Amino acid sequence: MNRTRAAFVIARRDFTATVLSKTFFFFLLGPLFPLLLGSVFGGIGARVASQTAQPVVAVVMNPQEYAALAQARHRLADAAGEDSVVRLAFYAKETDADAQVKRLLQSSHPPIRAVLTGWFGDPKLIGDVRFDSAVERQLQLMLRSSLVPEFPAPKIDVVRTAPAAGSMARDRATTAQLGQMFLFFLTILLAGMLLSQMIEEKSNKIIEVIAAAVPIDAMFLGKLFAMLGACLLGLLVWGSVGVGAAAFLSGGHLGAIPAPAVGWPGFFTLGVIYFSMNYLLLGALFLGIGAQASTAREVQILSMPVTFAQVLIFGLAAVAVGAPNTPGAIAGAIFPLSSPLVMLARAAEEPELWTHGLALAWQVLWVGIILAVGAHLFRRRILQSGPAGGFWRRRKAS
Amino acid sequence: MLRQASAPSWSSEFAVEAKDLVKDFGEKRAVDGVSLTVPAGTIFGLLGPNGAGKTTALRMLLGIIDPSSGERCVLGHTRPLEAASSIGYLPEERGLYPSMTAREAIAFLGALRGMPLSAARRGADTLFEENGLSDWAKKPIRTLSKGMAQTVQLLGTLVHDPRLIILDEPFSGLDPMNQGKLERIIRNRAADGVTVIFSTHVIAHAERLCERIAIIAAGKVAFEGRVDEARSRLRQIVRLRTRESEGPWRSALPQSARSENGEWIFELPDSGPEPLLKALMDGGAGIESLSIERPGLHEAFVAIAGAAAAEAMGDPELGE
Repeated sequence: MNRTRAAFVIARRDFTATVLSKTFFFFLLGPLFPLLLGSVFGGIGARVASQTAQPVVAVVMNPQEYAALAQARHRLADAAGEDSVVRLAFYAKETDADAQVKRLLQSSHPPIRAVLTGWFGDPKLIGDVRFDSAVERQLQLMLRSSLVPEFPAPKIDVVRTAPAAGSMARDRATTAQLGQMFLFFLTILLAGMLLSQMIEEKSNKIIEVIAAAVPIDAMFLGKLFAMLGACLLGLLVWGSVGVGAAAFLSGGHLGAIPAPAVGWPGFFTLGVIYFSMNYLLLGALFLGIGAQASTAREVQILSMPVTFAQVLIFGLAAVAVGAPNTPGAIAGAIFPLSSPLVMLARAAEEPELWTHGLALAWQVLWVGIILAVGAHLFRRRILQSGPAGGFWRRRKAS
Repeated sequence: MLRQASAPSWSSEFAVEAKDLVKDFGEKRAVDGVSLTVPAGTIFGLLGPNGAGKTTALRMLLGIIDPSSGERCVLGHTRPLEAASSIGYLPEERGLYPSMTAREAIAFLGALRGMPLSAARRGADTLFEENGLSDWAKKPIRTLSKGMAQTVQLLGTLVHDPRLIILDEPFSGLDPMNQGKLERIIRNRAADGVTVIFSTHVIAHAERLCERIAIIAAGKVAFEGRVDEARSRLRQIVRLRTRESEGPWRSALPQSARSENGEWIFELPDSGPEPLLKALMDGGAGIESLSIERPGLHEAFVAIAGAAAAEAMGDPELGE
């Protein structure tokens, strides 16, 4: 049986065992919990904020003055946004003005922050308002707009052009950074699982049967691709839910992230490919490290340094954002473990595609090298296969 | 400078050949120059006390580990994994995925040996039917008893119809009924021309099943050959019961003769039975019974393995 087929047999078993387990359901739900909690608490927060964030000012003036003031507020809100402008509520004057002000300031429906009394010639604002606050300045604008006659303004003739090079580079750097961070967080969340992939086989002794039937590197390859498959399935689910939720929440208008240099379809495709490569590269390393551990406790202890190593790699890759052709960025693209992160950022900033073909071939080569070294170490150190002692010891002995 | 060893020549009549296999684990030499030849189609027993190096030798033959030095050829392949699809292996420490059903576990083991999964599943169904175990098929491994799981793993060892079956301590953990079943399976497969190698430290199984054996002690092959050859290594044992307890006939007995329950037991002298009989009769022993027995494999094993272990430890008395 050749290595590919052997790897496929292992991958099929591991993928099926992972995806069909009850825990995979919780794995799929995992990232949705923060989203769910975020939306629930966000909704509550938004409701609370809508009641408290924009203060309500009670206007106790004559109705004509209030109407002029309301018109002025409408014009201001039209330009600055409804949520940015102080809200007004009209109240007719009562005979005991002081008592009315006192009562209004105690109102929680609506939550009145201040009361504007008097008339346009002598307005007075009473309430919890800081000196020169936005509330005071906005009311000042409204009063001025109410008093000064409105003249029709000429329509501005807008001439639209392609984004300036400088502005486009800055925008694309933003996309590069976002893409890189997304890739980093996905990998840090998912690749760590590979540290413990060999624990089951070693603890239930089936490793002996597998090692007698297929090459160890084929087993490593199968395990790596099985977990990649499970993660891609997870990403498909999370991606679908995420895009659906975002489209629902934004009413079909997704946020305007600057378009990457290779275009959105190309960037998305490269994103999936670079996620896979990043997962395979780090996963091959983690699988090799984890395979050396003999207990789950050892694997847990290894998790922290491995996470810090990933953060360091991210730091190296982040150098490339905004400067894709600098020596630092090229070094990051050549160093195998940071290469996918750097190249995804490059896809956002540089339109040419041949560099990606080259980088992918380089990354595939390194996946093979890391896997082969991991499998070799597993055979030598865990199975204790081959001549005793290291290379130098054997050389000395000969 | 590394010396290039001349490539050994391998014979097609042997399913397994090993030449001077050595395995060191750090400073400890677990296997020390083991050479074996297992003729195709035979049942071959690897006997030895615990820690003798049997499992390590089998793991090298299977290609799980590479030897520190030495060569092996399994079914015509010097790299045993190349012949993996023709080999079935039951390790000493049994292992299956607990969440798999018995049927899927067998199918997985078949697929590992190169079978298409669908064919391996059909093979599992056939094996369950043949052994009257069809109701086990859908049970998860974790719900099976140790003996049942061991049986499932044995079926997984056979599902791909291997030409060579290697069983490491296959009888341990099985009740007598299942031990009998396993013996039948081994005989049936051997009758179909399959080579079976199994390791054991229970001599009775080897005595009943094996055509050839190798006795490993302290990492070395102390004996390799037929069972009767191993037994013939020891002198025949004389058991003598006499009416007279003392008399001139006593001088006819060798000095090593011992008395157990009124019976004298000693090795037949080099001169043979006739001079002994004559001396006993002339000395007035009053022979009540006299038997000359060939020692069993157990005695041969104890003597051969003990001597080898003693030699390895540099203590000749231990072997006696």
